[in-house]
Formats: sequence, structure tokens, C-alpha cells
Amino acid sequence: MTLALFLQHLANGISLGSLYALVAIGYTMVYGILRLINFAHGNIFTAGAYLAFVGVALLQLSWGAAYVMAIVLTAALGVLVERVAYKPLRDAPRISVLISAIAVSFLLENLMVIIFGGRPKSFFRPPVFDQVMDIGSVKVPTVTFAIIAASAVLVIALSYMLYRTKPGLAMRALSSDFDTARLMAIDVDKTVALTFVVGSSLAAVGGILWAIKFPQVNPFMGGLPGLKAFVAAVLGGIGNVQGATIGGLMLGLAEVLLVAVFPAFSGYRDAIAFVALILILLWKPTGILGQEGRVKV
Amino acid sequence: MLEVEGLNVYYGGIHAVKGVSLKVPDGKIITLVGANGAGKSSILRSIVGLVKPKSGSIKFKGTELVGRLTNKIVESGVVLVPEGRRVFADFTVLENLKAGAYSRTDKQKIEEDLEWVFSLFPRLKERIKQRAGLLSGGEQQMLAVGRALMSRPDLLMMDEPSLGLAPQLAEGIFRIIGEINAKGKTVLLVEQNAKRALELSDYAYVLETGRIVLEGLGTDLMKDERVRKAYLGE
Ligand SMILES: Nc1ncnc2c1ncn2[C@@H]1O[C@H](COP(=O)(O)OP(=O)(O)OP(=O)(O)O)[C@@H](O)[C@H]1O
Ligand SMILES: [Mg+2]
Repeated sequence: MTLALFLQHLANGISLGSLYALVAIGYTMVYGILRLINFAHGNIFTAGAYLAFVGVALLQLSWGAAYVMAIVLTAALGVLVERVAYKPLRDAPRISVLISAIAVSFLLENLMVIIFGGRPKSFFRPPVFDQVMDIGSVKVPTVTFAIIAASAVLVIALSYMLYRTKPGLAMRALSSDFDTARLMAIDVDKTVALTFVVGSSLAAVGGILWAIKFPQVNPFMGGLPGLKAFVAAVLGGIGNVQGATIGGLMLGLAEVLLVAVFPAFSGYRDAIAFVALILILLWKPTGILGQEGRVKV
Repeated sequence: MLEVEGLNVYYGGIHAVKGVSLKVPDGKIITLVGANGAGKSSILRSIVGLVKPKSGSIKFKGTELVGRLTNKIVESGVVLVPEGRRVFADFTVLENLKAGAYSRTDKQKIEEDLEWVFSLFPRLKERIKQRAGLLSGGEQQMLAVGRALMSRPDLLMMDEPSLGLAPQLAEGIFRIIGEINAKGKTVLLVEQNAKRALELSDYAYVLETGRIVLEGLGTDLMKDERVRKAYLGE
């Protein structure tokens, strides 16, 4: 493989990994606070892409307006799901909440089939994303570049929020101990809602970028990326935001590079994530950045 | 300042607090002593809204606390240093203290209170950037008290602050409770270390299996035969 080709694959892997990371962060944040695997998160990703599609194709909004609308409405949908399906079960056994999450996932998926039909629709994207940039002899599609840049900005903004602002402090406090967080005068309901706003917005951005990269939408499009992002979150150490980012990047790179080096395996591309999941669960179930045997005092 | 009337707490079928009434007057140190499982923590947790009592009333500065959310109760000026410290292990010392001041916006006063906490516990200042999980037990207890003070409470409740501390460190905590009280904070203290707690307090209640069986001035209770036998190991 030439260096130029390798760099192209690298960029491609990082961009795919960034998308997994954006979605994985939502899984990991919700898990960190509610100890819940939010099965509906993949559908939130799909909703983000569909709402952008609605904004562009049906409402004829400008690109920017359509994307902003999609992100805001997806965030609202995430909060609504939490309010209706998770909040009433906050003191219930965890398995009940998990079942509720699975139910919400089916509900959203089928709602999208009913509203938009089951057939894929093509997703119009800004013409700039049809271009390919030449950096020396390396060819990078503008989409790839945009995905990497947008994800990097978002991950940095999120870290800033988590470690430098009060709402971030509240989220971290909540992820360690609800009752003690309450004693700090932290409003638990508000903070949980905010967590869903952040996670769902990132998933919406992920969904929109995904639809720009692979320009079509269908009601099941969130299934596989959602599952892989979940694997990425586990890989990095579920509950840990840096871990989700690293897990996403690793998974994206592994998928792209393995297929590039061994083209014969391209049919097994989607299996890589699950092999990785099995390996990590055998080798280090707490994930790369997860703490082992962490005792809560 | 605080008046508890006929408080009843149940956990499922367990009747943990049975019709407890007590008063915490302004500016005083009030102590609650009792054996393990007597219901001391349950009373404190009810006051701050972490446990929902089945019946009874809890009035703070004349307003009812029962049914209000913990964050609102803390904002109104009551705070609890929970049993077992419960500092945020992943946070630095400074972040823990900032978490204590979460609901406040008076930056100037927050700085003042931070300085006050550091003057009470110079150790915390030395370890300001250290992760709280790496502090010793005694330092964590200091941090838990400091964090509670950062909410600028009128009523500071402490659940066994000397638990697990070497006698010298425990003594330090008791001395500081006195200092905090001298600064005008009302204190409701739960302690197993009955001797020191009774010495320190203006008034005390003795709790047995969910009921108050004895109350009086701290110094009087120390002379009481039953208290000496049961709690002072004599
Ligand atoms: N969450 C809970 N669920 C069920 N029972 C509880 C719960 N919390 C406390 N209890 C029970 O209520 C009773 C009073 O407990 P509480 O913690 O208030 O006692 P305590 O006086 O603080 O004891 P200790 O000195 O050991 O801290 C005990 O019998 C305890 O087992
Ligand atoms: Mg207790």
C-alpha cells in the first residue's frame, strides 16, 4: 500500500470512528448517570437524520436551518423519551427500565416506518460535500474532513462543559452518587434531562453526518451504527466519555484498515465490532479506560 | 430553628422512627445519641428529604420541609454531612468544595467561605488539586464537612463525623464543630462517641429503637445512670 493510500484509509477510518464516537458518547453518558443502556439511542440517531431530511426536502429550509432544527427537535425527543419511559421507573429494578428502553426503540422505529414509509429516501446534501480535496497526493472527500472537524470540536466542547462548567459538575456528581448530589442542591431531574439533551444532540449530529456521508435515510439506518457505537462505549469503558471517544475511533480505524489490508475480509466488516466486543469482555470487561473493582464508599 | 413533630419513618414493614419529636433552637448544638440501628440517620435523612417519612412534620424557620425536594431544602439553608463522608472520589478537593457551593451565585462570598474552610482545615488547602478518593479517611471527613459548609447553611447536620477516626483526629473534628457553632451556625449532631458529643452539646436526645427515651442538657445526661451504662461504657 502506498503512503498516500494509507493516509486516505486513515482519514476514512478516523471519520467513521468519529461518527461512532459521537453516538457512543450518548450511550456512555446515560449509562454513567442512570446505569441504563439506552436502547433507543440508535433510533434517536435515525430521528436526527430524518428530521434533517424533513427540513431540507419537505420544508425547503436552508441547510443550516434544517440541521439546527433537526438537532433541537432530536434533543427534545431524547428528553421526551426520558420523561415518559425512564423517569417514572427511576426507582424500579434496572431490568424494568431496560425493557422500557427496548420498547421505546421498537416504538420509534415503527413510528418512522409509518410516517416515512419503509423504503430508503435519498438525502440531499450541500454540493460542497460532493467534492474531494487533494492534499498532496492524498485524496480526502470533503465529507470526511467535515466529519473529523465537527466531531473534534464537539468532543472538545463537551469536555469543557463536563470539567469547567456547573452543569458539567452536576452531571459528574450525579454519575457518582445521586443522594450526595442532591445534598449539593443539585436538581437531579434537570441534570438528567440535560444529559439527554447533550447525548441526543450529539446523536443527531452523528445521524446527519452519517446521512451526508452515505446520502440516504431509512427507518433502520440507526440499527447497525447504534450497535457499533454501543460496542465502542463498552470498548472504551462504559460511563467514561474519553473512553467512548477512544473506543469509537479504534473501532472505525479497525474496520477501515482491516478491510484495506485484507480485502478478502470485506464481507466480515460488520463482524469486527462484535469480535472486538467479545475480546474486550473476555480480556478487560471494564473497558480500556474503565476502572476495575472501583469501590464506592 | 428546626422543629420535628411526631416523625414516623418506615422501610417497607420496618418501623424505623417511631413518633420522634425534637427541637433545634437557633445557635445551639443539639446531639442525638443512640445505638446502631436506633434510627439516627433516618431522622437526619428525613429532615433533608432523602427519606420520605410516613407521617409527622418537620418545620424549618416555620416552613414545612416534608414533601419538598432535597435540593430545595438544601437551598433553604439545611445541609447534611452524610454518614460515611461520601466525598466525590473522582473530583479534586477543590471540585468537591465547589460542588458544595453549587446553588450559590454570590462569587465574592463563595471565595470568603472557601478561605474560611481552608482556615478550619489547612490540610485541605495543601491538597487542593488532589483527587478526593486519594485522601485519608480523616481528610475525607474534613472535606465532607468543608463541602457542607460551602453551601453556607444555617443548620449543619452531621451524621457520625468522628466515625473511624483516630482519637486525635476525632478530637480535631469536635473542636471544629465548636468553632463552626461559634460562627453562628446551628448544629444537629449524631454521634456514637457520646462522651464528647454530650460535652459539646447544649441539649441532647437519646434514641432507642426509633423512640426518644431520654432528653436533657448534655451535662445532665452525662450524669444520668442509664446513659453512663449504655453509652459511656461505665
Ligand atoms: N434503606 C433502608 N432500607 C431498609 N431498612 C433500612 C434502610 N435504612 C435503614 N434501615 C433500617 O432502619 C433502622 C434504622 O436505621 P438508621 O440507619 O436510621 O440507624 P442509625 O441509628 O443511623 O444506625 P447506625 O448507628 O448504625 O448508623 C435500622 O433497623 C435499619 O436496618
Ligand atoms: Mg446511621
